[in-house]
Amino acid sequence: MSVLERPTAGDASGRAAAFQSPDGGAELTIVEPLIFDASRPGRRAVRFPAASAAAAAAASGQPALPAAARRTAALRLPEVSELDLLRHFNRLSHLNHAIDLGFYPLGSCTMKYNPKVNEWAARLPGLADSHPLDPDALAQGSLELEWLLSELLREISGLAAVSLQPAAGAHGELTGMLMTRAYHRSRGEGEQRTRVLVPDSAHGTNPATASMVGYTAVTIPSNARGGIDLEALRGALGPDTAALMITNPSTLGIFEDQIDQVVAAVHEAGAIAYMDGANLNAILGRFRPGEAGFDVMHFNLHKTFSTPHGGGGPGAGPVGVSARLAPFLPAPMPMLVAGDPDEVRRNAWAGRSTPGAGFALEDPAARPTSIGKVRAFTGNFGMFVRAYTYIRSNGGSGLREVSDDAVLAANYLRVRLAGAYDLPYDRICKHEVVFSGRRQKREHGVTTLDIAKAILDHRIHPPTIYFPLIVEEALMIEPTETETLETLDAFVEVMQGIADQAAADPDALRRAPSTTPVGRLDEAAAARRPDLRHTFDGKQPGAA
Amino acid sequence: MAYSPHTSADRERMLAAIGVASVDDLFADIPEAVRASRFELPPPLSEQEVRAELARLAGRNRIPAISFLGAGVYRHLVPSVVSEVIGRSEFSTSYTPYQPEVSQGTLQSIYEFQSLICELTGMEVASASHYDGATATAEAALMACRLTRRGRVAVSTAVNPQVRRVLTTYCAGPGIELVEVPADLAQGGTGLTPLEAVAQIVDEGFACLVAQQPNIFGGIEPMADLATAAHAVGAQLVAVVEPTSLALLEAPGAYGADIVAAEGQPLGIPPSYGGPYVGLMAARMESVRQMPGRLVGATRDGEGRKGYVLTLQAREQHIRREKAASNICTNQALCALAATAYLTAVGPEGLREVAELSVAQARHVAAAIEAAGLGVLRFSAPYFAEVAIRIPEAARRHAALAEQGIVAGLLLEREYPELADTLLLAATELTRDDDIDALVTALERSR
Repeated sequence: MSVLERPTAGDASGRAAAFQSPDGGAELTIVEPLIFDASRPGRRAVRFPAASAAAAAAASGQPALPAAARRTAALRLPEVSELDLLRHFNRLSHLNHAIDLGFYPLGSCTMKYNPKVNEWAARLPGLADSHPLDPDALAQGSLELEWLLSELLREISGLAAVSLQPAAGAHGELTGMLMTRAYHRSRGEGEQRTRVLVPDSAHGTNPATASMVGYTAVTIPSNARGGIDLEALRGALGPDTAALMITNPSTLGIFEDQIDQVVAAVHEAGAIAYMDGANLNAILGRFRPGEAGFDVMHFNLHKTFSTPHGGGGPGAGPVGVSARLAPFLPAPMPMLVAGDPDEVRRNAWAGRSTPGAGFALEDPAARPTSIGKVRAFTGNFGMFVRAYTYIRSNGGSGLREVSDDAVLAANYLRVRLAGAYDLPYDRICKHEVVFSGRRQKREHGVTTLDIAKAILDHRIHPPTIYFPLIVEEALMIEPTETETLETLDAFVEVMQGIADQAAADPDALRRAPSTTPVGRLDEAAAARRPDLRHTFDGKQPGAA
Repeated sequence: MAYSPHTSADRERMLAAIGVASVDDLFADIPEAVRASRFELPPPLSEQEVRAELARLAGRNRIPAISFLGAGVYRHLVPSVVSEVIGRSEFSTSYTPYQPEVSQGTLQSIYEFQSLICELTGMEVASASHYDGATATAEAALMACRLTRRGRVAVSTAVNPQVRRVLTTYCAGPGIELVEVPADLAQGGTGLTPLEAVAQIVDEGFACLVAQQPNIFGGIEPMADLATAAHAVGAQLVAVVEPTSLALLEAPGAYGADIVAAEGQPLGIPPSYGGPYVGLMAARMESVRQMPGRLVGATRDGEGRKGYVLTLQAREQHIRREKAASNICTNQALCALAATAYLTAVGPEGLREVAELSVAQARHVAAAIEAAGLGVLRFSAPYFAEVAIRIPEAARRHAALAEQGIVAGLLLEREYPELADTLLLAATELTRDDDIDALVTALERSR
């Protein structure tokens, strides 16, 4: 493929950004060549100084790298100029939709505004250059920040203790399930409790996590109102139940209005109540899982606490636990080892350091009940900096408003779109609302996938589709609290327009999108003949 | 709320449309008995106030002017252009590319990441990121168990202790037995994983041997021999590597590694007190369906345009649920982008220069300490860019130097009780001759 490909004025479908090969070969049409295609031997971006004379002289008395250990194959990394590198990635960036470009109501992902002061904070050299194995005496700021964030998350959740270590929500789930098992084992019930109950509306991570810990996942049906079926739950609970993993508000965007009875039933059976905190953005200041009796939950800092999603991470998935699970938390914890906690908190809330206060990482051997480490060091610290900045910017009053406005916006969309799309659970929702495209499918042969692709042509990211699994042709919409009413109204118009078009011109929707850099991609072909890397001979290694 | 766009008129309009009197009505479904009784958080801060608070915390850290600390996390140059790329909010404020038509930027950059990691490691397929090198290693061991249908994992004690701890936790999940292969830590020993110990311990019950190159002590392991020993009993070799070293050291694919796991932090990611980093994983295509993590593949649209999609998703939790290869969902995509931009920015020559400078300065550190009569190499084997040196009263001197803003590497005694008075000193291309002089002077003064 030539690197001389030039932008064309646009093709039949109006995709202005497309590049085409100079020989006009239609099947070679690409949007941006691979960086490998721009490589020329000897071209450089970043350069490094030569080794010093002293370093060169030192080598003679020291063991040399053994010849047998040396790399034999050429290292064929791209060789490009710095400007070409920047243009390449800048052009790629133009092919993305992003929160900073437009509305992104991707349900369950809480695509809210990611404040820029958070980024400023994470890049402060005093934080970014902190090495995780620096002696505690040199890392007092990092340790204090971790301790303070844990204290804030404790208050937000009403739970007794928090570990920041897990790197993402699913990682927090794994941590929670490992602690659950350690708890049951500590009581001599490790062998007997083998089943984890998971509602049928749950994220796929919940049953996958249960399996990673060797538990059997058992699905509990939802009732007609979208809540967990309490009778089915009671029937499934027993001396073999290790835990219930429940998302609240549920993935239907509905608060479990019998949550007190759910938790009581779980506890009566001697099991652990796990709350998946993916949807915490709906309930800040309104519901604290610890107060309601939950034993463990994870937080998604990249959802509720505004750390950027990064195209799929990094996130952070701290876990909070009740007192009975605290002995099992991952080690090491950041500890306040000198000073009064109340005074340290009070001072920090006033922007002051506390004279004489000292922080240290827990000695890993000090707490043998710990499940151990779930990742290296103490977690995705850069995300802690951002989340801490966000919580302090909002304060308690601001966080309450976050949830109020998130719920207000979702309910506004619920009532505004109720005529255009079916609403399987027509009741007050929390931060997201789940519609069904079944009417469009049945009456006009337009699928939810078609609807999502049509939304793309309006510079809006589609909602989450086909999830939760229990809703036919699901459209899961989470507007978040940071979108203006004008944006919400414009979205309503788009969605109503698409519903109208489904009746008037369904074929147009099946052809959508028409204004994106590429059209619908052949995913079946991608899976059938995996092409997962650039190769220099154009041949892909075969899959078994 | 600090970022609320709503005027009171907006809120009134929304409440009226919904048909409720107040926002409290929208929370009426929370049973009264379990409504929050308190929410005592600090008051909101303006931007200038919150900046002052974060500056206060940053100021509480004392970033050492001179540091020889590595042990898995290395201070390398992060080229300005790398920071520029990952700072673009079209990358940072998007999410998992579920809608490929509007995610080609993220998807193509991941495809390039996969390609670069394959090239670096000499492997056939690389997944699109894990949380860090430790979890990537743990997932690699579990993958080897699935591939071989065996339930035991051997790990050399010369593998980074942070990695081994995570491996221990992950193996405890499904009840996999983890067995240590003791490295040769004897006085005058190699500091490497002895082949005899491997032969003695690893048998037909083992899914894999986990070994690290360079190992935690910087030592260069006989990886080809370790691979042969593992393969002799039908076990796999999980090679834990340091990515910049692969500019000079043999690619794992060339010495028979079955799965490669690595901490990607050295590739353009700041230390940031332990994260976020990126776990790298690579393997052979025949194993791809047991590989955890996201994969991006190339395909075409209806009009023949090339494009990229998430693929082979039948391995993943959102499709397979309890039968998935892993529960991983959100990964470290933006850090993978940093690694992609870094490898592109330095290119083959630059990466070789980084590795050579690090290797040269590590020798400079060792030679300067030995020449001053302060200490001696703890192990006999050739080392890469990190070296274990026996220095009398290492703990006291390490603390004294830290007070002066010099971190004299890692005290190995904390992790290896048999390695008393031993410092693990790392060098990178950022290590200056003056830093080494200052280290030697400070060590002399601390006698």
